[in-house]
Amino acid sequence: MNSTLPEKHILQPSGLKLRQQRLEVVIKGFLAVIAASCVLITTGVVVALVRPTVDFFREVGITEFLFTTDWFPLYEPPDFGVWPLVVGTFMVMLIAVIIAVPGGLFVAFFLSEYASPKTKRFLKPFLEILAGVPTVVFGFFALNFVAPNIARKIWVFSDVGFYSALAAGITVGLMILPMMTTLAEDAMAAVPRSLIDGAYALGATKRETCTGVIFPAGLSGIIAAGVIAMSRAIGETTIVLLAAGSTANFTFNVGEPMQTMSSFIGFAGLGDQATNSTGYRTIFAVGSMLFVITFGLNMLSQRIVTRFREVYE
Amino acid sequence: MNVNADVVGSRFAPNLRDSTSTARKSRDKIFLFGLWFATLCAVLTLVFLILTTLLKGAGRLNLGLLTNFPSPFPEDAGIQSAIFGSLWVVTTSGFASLFIGLGSAIYLEEFANSTSRITRLITLNIQTLAGVPSIVFGILGLAFVARGWLGWGFSVGTASAVLTMMVLPVVVVSSREALKAVPPSLREGSYALGATKWQTIRKQVIPAAVPGIATGSILGVSRALGESAPLILLGALAYVSSNPTGYSSDYTVLPLIIMKFTQDAQDEFRAVGAAAIIVLLVLLVSLNLLAIVIRDRSRKSW
Repeated sequence: MNSTLPEKHILQPSGLKLRQQRLEVVIKGFLAVIAASCVLITTGVVVALVRPTVDFFREVGITEFLFTTDWFPLYEPPDFGVWPLVVGTFMVMLIAVIIAVPGGLFVAFFLSEYASPKTKRFLKPFLEILAGVPTVVFGFFALNFVAPNIARKIWVFSDVGFYSALAAGITVGLMILPMMTTLAEDAMAAVPRSLIDGAYALGATKRETCTGVIFPAGLSGIIAAGVIAMSRAIGETTIVLLAAGSTANFTFNVGEPMQTMSSFIGFAGLGDQATNSTGYRTIFAVGSMLFVITFGLNMLSQRIVTRFREVYE
Repeated sequence: MNVNADVVGSRFAPNLRDSTSTARKSRDKIFLFGLWFATLCAVLTLVFLILTTLLKGAGRLNLGLLTNFPSPFPEDAGIQSAIFGSLWVVTTSGFASLFIGLGSAIYLEEFANSTSRITRLITLNIQTLAGVPSIVFGILGLAFVARGWLGWGFSVGTASAVLTMMVLPVVVVSSREALKAVPPSLREGSYALGATKWQTIRKQVIPAAVPGIATGSILGVSRALGESAPLILLGALAYVSSNPTGYSSDYTVLPLIIMKFTQDAQDEFRAVGAAAIIVLLVLLVSLNLLAIVIRDRSRKSW
């Protein structure tokens, strides 16, 4: 690509060369088709979501969807007030972000300014393995460790049962933490060394350098990382499905079971819905919401990076 | 007064009054404590996660677990069908995503004009795909692959197709990085010897990029191996008591059988789930070690 030889340099193409040239064109076309298929997938996602969603809103009506607060879409008679899912999603996301964003930021500070190379060599594999642990394993962890040993102990406002939004949120936060760490580290690595050394030369301690120089200079990247973390937490399905139960409670008490948008999709997908039922279309309507929200957050994150990045040197 | 010092003096300038103050030092200590605490939490998460799993599952970790099929009796329950299901699905989606992903990467890096609108569109698409929650791929699979357009039902083929789409961004991005890292001098040398573009790519660029591509696709495969959310929608959350025999077979995979066991009301079955987690984690760690070995073995400096 960056070192092309113009075909004109070939003076008199022999038969063999002609065949080779034709092959080149065929291969290029073939690869272009493959690359275009990536676009097809995204288009497929949008198309798959739009039609049933439109049908859903024709049957249910947007007023009931947005202005009532009971969510029993698979019951008879069904209720389609989406607020319990929205609140559930928000609460789980909030808990996860409260854990993952400062946590990831702190670990990143530790890795980039405090840790010795030896400590780093020890810590990095830990974080990499943690980042690779499947979500279903985190779900198991949530039920068997986080719920009884953490959620039940720290939530003093009410009893915490087997399933709770709190246990799910904490676990989702722990799951996102390695990713947040990596993204925050990248943001910090983009801060020029001269700026940091300058702070040290002025007599700043490590803390003052971290909070006074690295943090503000890397802020755009850090905020973008936080937004990605939000999007991840919103989209997480398996952990929430396992740990937060399957009742769409309309409550702000995170000690209770809740359902998020994504865990509802997983739950509804289980009970083999008839293709033409409103229940089946609910999956797509909620899926559309989920897609739009996470897509918006990802775009926002990219915008933050490109618009507010401090460019040095 | 302390607050005042913070506002007036620049936060790190050697303010005479502040530089000796113990308040500054103790704030340093609190900060350091916070950093240690966060780091410790991350490490302890992994430690407790493994401990919890081992405590619950070690008792059920035996050969029967690997060779038996799910059973109504917890002591006879095993995960053979899930192991074979995972093998089918992950191998297929691994090869398919490598083929499509590497093809796209070669087109984008070697053929397409990097500033053209089409390249930008495809790049934007891949970024978007990477950010789509995995459950949404399940919806896509449900609408077009399992039902509707392709109508493959809840089968190995459906699961493979959906996981391929999900893993694709990982493979494309890492393959592009690997191709980018191949120095232009290698290409120019090849052109100078009279090779055509495709000959150069096939004989020089791809071999030089193999380690990077391999690392990326192993990461993709391990993601496919651990992924559960989209397959919940595609019929994998079930006790399946036979191995898949083809792409139209019923199936389950390791993460989903783990989920099924974990959700079981009987504690003995949950222990089987924990044992299955150990199997899954061992598989994943070995895949990652393989990636690390490949990366280190072939570290070349150009």
